[in-house]
Formats: sequence, C-alpha cells, structure tokens
Amino acid sequence: MSKPDSGQGVGARALRKEDDRLLRGRGQFVADLRLAGMKDVAFVRSPLAHARIRGIGIPEAHRGNVFTAKDLAGVKPIRAVSGLAGFKVSVQPALAEGKIRHVGELVAMCVADTRAAAEDVAAAVRLDLEELPAVHDMLQGRAAGAPLLHEGWGDNIFLETHVECDIGQALDAPIRVTREIRTARQCMAPIEGRGVVAHWDRRLEQLVVYSAAQMPHIVRTGLSECLGLDHGKIRVVSPDVGGGFGYKGILLPEEVALGWLAMHCGHPVRWIEDRREHLTASANCREHHYVITGYADRDGRLLGIDCEATVDSGAYSSYPFSACLEAAQVASILPGPYDFPAYRCRTWSVATNKCGILPYRGVARTGVCFALELTLDAIAREAGIEPHEVRLKNLVRPEQMPFDNITKKHFDSGDYPEALRRAVDAVDLAAVRVRQRKREADGRLIGVGTAVYCEQAAHGTSVYAGWGIPMVPGYEQATARLTPDGGLELRVGVHSHGQGMETTLAQVAHEILGIDIAKISVIHGDTAFTPYSTGTWGSRSMVMAGGAVASTCREIARRATEIGAWLLKAETGVVVREGKVIGPSGSVTLEEVARIWYLRPQDLPAHVNPGGLEATTGYKPARDSGTFSYAAHAAVVTVDPETGAVEILDYVIAEDGGKLVNPMVVDGQIYGGVAQGIGTALYEEMPFDSSGQPLASTLADYLLPGPTEVPDLRIIHMETLSPYTEFGVKGIGEGGAIAPPAAITNAINDALRALGAIEVLQSPATPRRILEAIAQGKQRPASGAPQGGTGERS
Amino acid sequence: MKPAPFEYERPDDLDGLIALMRSEDLFVKMLAGGQSLGPMLNLRLVQPDLLVDITAIPELKRVEENSDAVVLGACVTHADIEDRRVPDATGGALPRVARAIAYRAVRNRGTLGGSLAHADPAADWVSCLAAIGAEVLILGASGRRTVPVDEFMTGVFQVALEPGELVEAVRIPRLSRGARWGFHKIARKTGEMAQAIGAVLHDMERGILRAVIGATESVPIVFSDAAALFGGNPEAGLAKAYDAGAAARALDDAGITDPVGRQLHLVALKRAINQAAQR
Repeated sequence: MSKPDSGQGVGARALRKEDDRLLRGRGQFVADLRLAGMKDVAFVRSPLAHARIRGIGIPEAHRGNVFTAKDLAGVKPIRAVSGLAGFKVSVQPALAEGKIRHVGELVAMCVADTRAAAEDVAAAVRLDLEELPAVHDMLQGRAAGAPLLHEGWGDNIFLETHVECDIGQALDAPIRVTREIRTARQCMAPIEGRGVVAHWDRRLEQLVVYSAAQMPHIVRTGLSECLGLDHGKIRVVSPDVGGGFGYKGILLPEEVALGWLAMHCGHPVRWIEDRREHLTASANCREHHYVITGYADRDGRLLGIDCEATVDSGAYSSYPFSACLEAAQVASILPGPYDFPAYRCRTWSVATNKCGILPYRGVARTGVCFALELTLDAIAREAGIEPHEVRLKNLVRPEQMPFDNITKKHFDSGDYPEALRRAVDAVDLAAVRVRQRKREADGRLIGVGTAVYCEQAAHGTSVYAGWGIPMVPGYEQATARLTPDGGLELRVGVHSHGQGMETTLAQVAHEILGIDIAKISVIHGDTAFTPYSTGTWGSRSMVMAGGAVASTCREIARRATEIGAWLLKAETGVVVREGKVIGPSGSVTLEEVARIWYLRPQDLPAHVNPGGLEATTGYKPARDSGTFSYAAHAAVVTVDPETGAVEILDYVIAEDGGKLVNPMVVDGQIYGGVAQGIGTALYEEMPFDSSGQPLASTLADYLLPGPTEVPDLRIIHMETLSPYTEFGVKGIGEGGAIAPPAAITNAINDALRALGAIEVLQSPATPRRILEAIAQGKQRPASGAPQGGTGERS
Repeated sequence: MKPAPFEYERPDDLDGLIALMRSEDLFVKMLAGGQSLGPMLNLRLVQPDLLVDITAIPELKRVEENSDAVVLGACVTHADIEDRRVPDATGGALPRVARAIAYRAVRNRGTLGGSLAHADPAADWVSCLAAIGAEVLILGASGRRTVPVDEFMTGVFQVALEPGELVEAVRIPRLSRGARWGFHKIARKTGEMAQAIGAVLHDMERGILRAVIGATESVPIVFSDAAALFGGNPEAGLAKAYDAGAAARALDDAGITDPVGRQLHLVALKRAINQAAQR
C-alpha cells in the first residue's frame, strides 16, 4: 500500500474531482440532453385519489398525440413482489387501466414539440371518472369496512408480520411507558427531480433510455420485463444526477411509458418531472405510526420493547424494493443499538389511496429511531435519570463485539457508549442544565436531547435472499483498465449522484496502484459500459464497489508485476507501489508497462497473462450481513413558548463509520443528511385531506429547511474498523438523516417540561403541535402527573 | 408547470399601457416583478389572454420626495427600498420591512405595486403600509384617484381597482422625528409567507396611533385609531397600556377562532408594540 501521506489514497481529504464540472454548471443532467427531433411529454394525471375510469375524451385535433392504456396493450404492469409469506401483490400499469388509486396516477401520455404545448394537449383531454370513497389514512385503511384499493385482496394489507421473543418476562417491569407516535408523510426533494429521455437506436436495434437513476441496471431489468424486450435490446444511461436519496432507485411508470413510446413513435421523447408532480404524484416516503411500550427497571435498564407499527404504503408496491420494505424492516431494526432481553413487534403495510411509499435515506430507520428514542426519554423521565444515562445503561458494549442482537442483527464492531459520551461532552450537558434552570431573558426555554442509531449498510445476499424481492445483491464487480499512457479507467455498476465516488473510488485505486487520481477516471451510470450491479442504495457503494475496485486493482497489479519483473529481469521481490513496478535493483513505471503491453508486445515475456492490463473481479465482504456504522446525536434547542418556534443552538454528531476513505466527503454526507433530518424534525409534511388529496403541492406549502434553518454542525469522528470489509470501511451514506428528528424532538420535550406540557410525539414538531402540547398540558388536571414523567431526581 | 398560451406586450409609456388595458374582450394581466404571477401562470391558476409587462415605463419607477411624503412608483422593488436606493420617510421602518420579505432573489424583482395589487393577506406591504397610513395612487383611462392602503385591499387577492385601472404609485407619509413604530412577523422559516403580522405606528406629533393585525385569512385588521388597544391612554407607555383583551375582541369580531392562530396574532402584535415602545 502507498504511504498514508500521499494525499490521494484511502483516508485522504482529497478534493472532489467531479466538482470542477458540477460547480461550474457544466454537468450533464437528463434535462441538458438535446437529441434531434426530440419531443416533449406531459401526462394527464388523475385529479382524484380513488375512482373508476368511465372514459377518456381525446379531442379530434390531438388524436395521434395522446396515448392511453389501450395503446400500451402488451406492456406488462409493474409488479414488485416480496417473497415474504402472505404478501399481496399490487398490479401497477404504466398508464391507469379501469381504476385509479392515487392522485397523480398516470392516465394519458401527451406528446408535442415543447412541454408547454404538451401541457396544452393534456389540458384538453377530458376524464370521465366515477369517484370512489378513498382510504386517506393508514389506520382507516387497516380497519374493517374500509374501502378496498385492490378488490381481490379482501382487505388493504400488503403484508402483516409478527416477531416475538420472550416478551412475557418483561410485562411486570416496574417502569412501563406507552406512547403513540407518528411520523409525517414526506417527499424526498432532491434538487433534480426524475427525468427520462428515450429513443430507439436503429443501428443497434436498441432502446436507449436516459434516466435520472441511481440503479440503471435495475431499471434495465425492470424495463425488460415490462416491455418484453431482451436486456440486449435496452441500454440505460444515468448521466449526472442531482441527488437521489432513494427516489431514483425505483422503476417509474413514466420510464415504462416513455420506453414504449420511443419504440413506436419514430423520434426521441422526453419527460422532465416538475416539482408539482414530484410532490404530489411520486416522491412520497416515511409515513409511520407506532404504539410502543418500553419496559424498564427503576434504574432505567430496558427489560423489553413491545410495538405495533403501521406503515402507510400507498397504492402500489414499488419496484424493486416492494411495499413492505419499511414495515418489515421496522420489526427487525427497531431494537436499534440496544441490548435488551424481550421483544415483540407486529407490523402492517397498509395500502392507501396515496402514491406508493418509497425508500428515503435512512429508510425505516428514521421512523424507528424516532419511536424508540422518544420512548427511552419517556423511560428516563419515569426513572428520574438523565436520558443519556439510560442510553449508556442499555447500549451494546464494545466488549460484546461482534454482537448478535435480539433480532439476530450482527453488529460488526464499534464503541457505542463512547460515541454518546463524546456527543454529550461536546454539548457540555452540565452547562446546558445550568442555563436551562436560569431561564432565558427573552422567555425562551432551553432543551437538550440525544439520540443514538445504528445503520446497517451494504447488507447483501444473506439478508435480501429471504425477502424475495426482485433484486438480491450478490458479488459486486468492477472492471479496471490500465490505458496505454498509464492512466486507469474504472468501470462500476453503482452510480454517483452527489456522493463523490468519482473521487473516492479513484482514491481506492490509488491506494493499490499509486496512480495519480487525476489520471483515474471512474465510469459509471451506463449499462453498456459497466458491470451489472444492483446500483447505489443502502449505503453500499463504498463497501461493495470500493471493495471490488480494490480487488480488481490488485489483479491489475499482479499482471503489471509479471510484465515489470520480466522487464527488470527480477524473479522475486517485485511489487507495485507509487505507480511503478519496483524490483530489487530498479523500477519501471506502470506507464511503461502499459506502453509495452499495448504498443510493443514484442517486448513481452512469452508466458504473459493474455488477459493483459484489463480485468474484472467480484467482491463481497467476508460476512455479507452488513456493516454497522453508528452515531450519537446531541441537540440543544430553544423553544419560544409563545410562538412554538424552535431554534437549534448546538448540534453535535459523534459518528463512527469505520475507515473513512475521504473524511471530507463523509462530512459532506453527514451535513446533507442532518439537513434532511432537520427537515423531518421540524418542517417537512405532506398532509392529505379525507378525499385523499395531497395538500402540499408546491414548495410554498411543503417546507424544506434552508440555510438559516441548518446550524453549524459539529462532527466528531471515531474510526472503528469493520473486521469484514476492505480497509475496514462501513457504509455511512444515510446516517445523518436518521437521528435528527429523535434528538431534536427529545430536546423540545426536554424544554417543554418546565411548562408541564404534554410530549410532542409527532413529526414534524411544528409550532402548532408545540403550542397545542403546551395548551393541553395546561388543561390537564393539576393533580395529574405529567405524562410519562415525574421530574428529575434532586 | 408551463403557462397556457398568452400574448405579450411591453409598452414603454403610460398612454400605450392604458390603450392596451382597454382591450375589453381580453383577459389582461399586468406583469411587474412576476414573483407571484409567474408561479400562478406556471401552475395555470391564471390564464390571461394578454400579459402586459409594465417594467419598461419610466413613470412607474418614479420617485418623488417632498416635505410631507415620499411617492414611490409601482415598479420600485423591495430591494430598492431595502438598499435605500429610494428615499425613506419612515425612519427606517420600510427598509426594515423590505429586508425581511421572502428571499433576496424575490426582492430583486418583486415590486411594491405588484405586492399591493396581488393582495395576498400574508404579504408584508398590505399590513405594514396600512399601519404607516400610506395611500395608493390609481391610474385609469378616466384619470387618477387615491385610496388609502387599508381600503385598497377588499378581500383575499381582491383590491379596489376598477377594470382598466392600475396601481401607479404609493404615497408614503413622512413620519415625525419622534415617531415610534414596530413591526413583527411570525413565519415558519426565513423567507416564508407570514403566519401573523403585528404592526404599530405611534406618531404623537401628527396625532396618529395606528395598529394592524395582519396575515389573517382575509384583509388585515386595521386600527386607524388604536387608542382603544391601549385603554384610551397610550401616553402611559405603549407596552404598559396595551390591552390584549381589546385585541382579542377584534379577533372575535373578525371571526378568527383557531386558538393557535389567535395566539400568534396576539403575540405578533404584542411584540410589535414592545418594539415601538423601546424605540
């Protein structure tokens, strides 16, 4: 391995190579593509949440430019099946057939020279709909007698699960707190929405689909199924992509519809999602409901957790992750980083008349962290102990590693209590408590909150095979090619859309081969050029593609060593380092080795490996049950009791991501994730009315945190290596977004204790919810003990 | 989110503008900064036949200053006021309000006249200028007329403009040196529309005490003689004399019943009054 001070290898804070083009506005996104003869598509979308289609009126003038389900005969619907027992399958046609199940569902596809003209056509199409009663809420949908979305099912439950482990022994615990907790439906809101450009390449007889996608190979597989085309007849290109967060990891009905259109219309077609479509018709996520009971002894030691969790899955199961990704994960990850002896969890994935719930950064973890961490604070109040001390008593300890928890999650390494101690020290809890007692001059209240989570990442075959969803990750492959001038091309099937992988994967290659990262190009996002991969999701890319790049670069090093040794006339003691093949008595550069392989083969040894300086290898960690990164978050907030406004005064993240390939890039991941977590905690909410209409159709109604809402974040890194992965890396991409709602809401509730308010148990903690919690606290009979709390021990 | 088709004209004098506005058989909308109209066009919430861009007309950018008022043309931007590129007769009140309108990008384009004519209850100027006692100068085919700001807005997105009329300018009275004012806005985050606005002006030399409860779901509640909010005795000190009960009764009268909304309105007004008292 090259020296750690080279400034380019694993661990270096190398500047991001891709930023030169991205920051200068020279990136190439789907909406930047200009193909000759390209026309624009606008969709007629359902204005109703639940309806039968009686007719679709297409004005004579627009015939031939408007397409409906009838035209798409032969196109198969999207079916995202889970193999879990009892899962019910939804059938999602690209364009609605017979029935509509959510506002924004595609009904007709309109084509014109410009998007504005296409919208004119769409506005002229008349829908004759028979409105049906809507399921606008998951609890309503679960109840008997609710309207049915998929009549054949008999109910609205995609999947029900039940796990139980010794819960009986916890039931007589001295402390027992029960809370009903809810998280809002959210939208993911990457700065670039989805977008598709499709055309038929007549020379290659191939459908070419450019899509803002995280998982181009999976899109290709999905399109192959729906369109009935061989994989070889489809090429999916994912160019520069402006943020994914999970939304760009699913197969869209729009992709299927435009794919079909490009095969039939004779010209390229384009659809660029606008923000209203994004908010109301597609990018929904996160909506959970919990009834959770925590059992503990008087010292705050957890004796058990009992939970009923419901997830609002929306109308359709999304491909490839399915409609039960969230709820089924809730059951397995709710215990978080805590070690306790008894557990029970039932979950329901409920179909509602809303767009399908999609996996958003953190996936189910943000919800379970919120539910569990609020419950732990309630236990702390009941026990009269500082909340972080309750956590310290229950966190898995370093000497237990590797550790199998109550749901058989295998924790690879780490010192969780140390992360929490560092976060609590950094916010100076004692000083905050003093300030809190003194009260602020302007009447605002101070509160401090903590939350701890673990992030299982890069989980592979052994985890996903049991789920039986359309996508099970196996070995990850990478191709490397030493070019004739000594540069390196890396080809990977994952996709970088903000993560900086064009830099960090080059750093991995540099670590092995010592080639300057300026001469290493990372090629990704094109099924024609890259190895098949499930793509970028689940914080897997650095573990999986990073491991594959390292493994392939070692193979290149072996091949180069063979040639170099021949050139150096050395039999043994030959290594690749710093871009050279170094022997006992001299060296030859990789550039020279490459030049001879490609341009002067007459100088090669007779027994040379005919594979040359291009290789593909596959990689899987020694255990594929996932890496466990984790963090403790600590937030200090003020709450204005007159307005319900919250200000974050201090925010500390003590994070352990194993070996950090580029700590600067990791910091960026954490900043972005926490900003989203602040949105979840305080601002973001997509409400629906009782007829299933989404009520936040623009960014004036759907509030995202901006620069003044995200404080200076303080990050403390720990680096406990994973024993199972290349370099000891762990996946860290989602963690930032997991803990903030829990830490901030705990801080708010800590602040509100001084007023005797009831707890805020619903995200986001809006001013209205805070003011109502204060008002309800005042209405409580004076004799009644505050909900879940008896005050601190003094 | 692309507008429905429309015709576009950009006259460069008032006569040309008035002629276009006479197009009786057409639905005509005027475009100044476009910071509200632009999104509404894109969402197809408004679909005019003719869009008349009024930003090339020098008269609508005019600024006049005399001893008792400043007149600002309708196309003066929020940023012009924020940056004091136009004179201020309010002892810093208007620049301070302007600074907190939406985001800088919006302030660079959004105009004083446009904001008033759009009449969004949550906007800053309809409330603040009502408290200041400003007047709207209206121009139409048949001549000019003047309407106080608090009578100009007649409902949600509704104003006292007759067909063919437009906001030409706003007349802002010069406050006395000793005038005290306060303006407090409650919004979910920086740049968002207000949930509640409180505004108060106490200009003793001119015998004026005005207050506004704004960002209601309808027109602002304007107290053109606000003495009743202070038990009839504002001289005792605004903060001290303030009678929250009187403000609460005004909310009752306006039919505002949501407890959270009421609280925010009362807090905004109280904070505006405290601000004025400390000036």
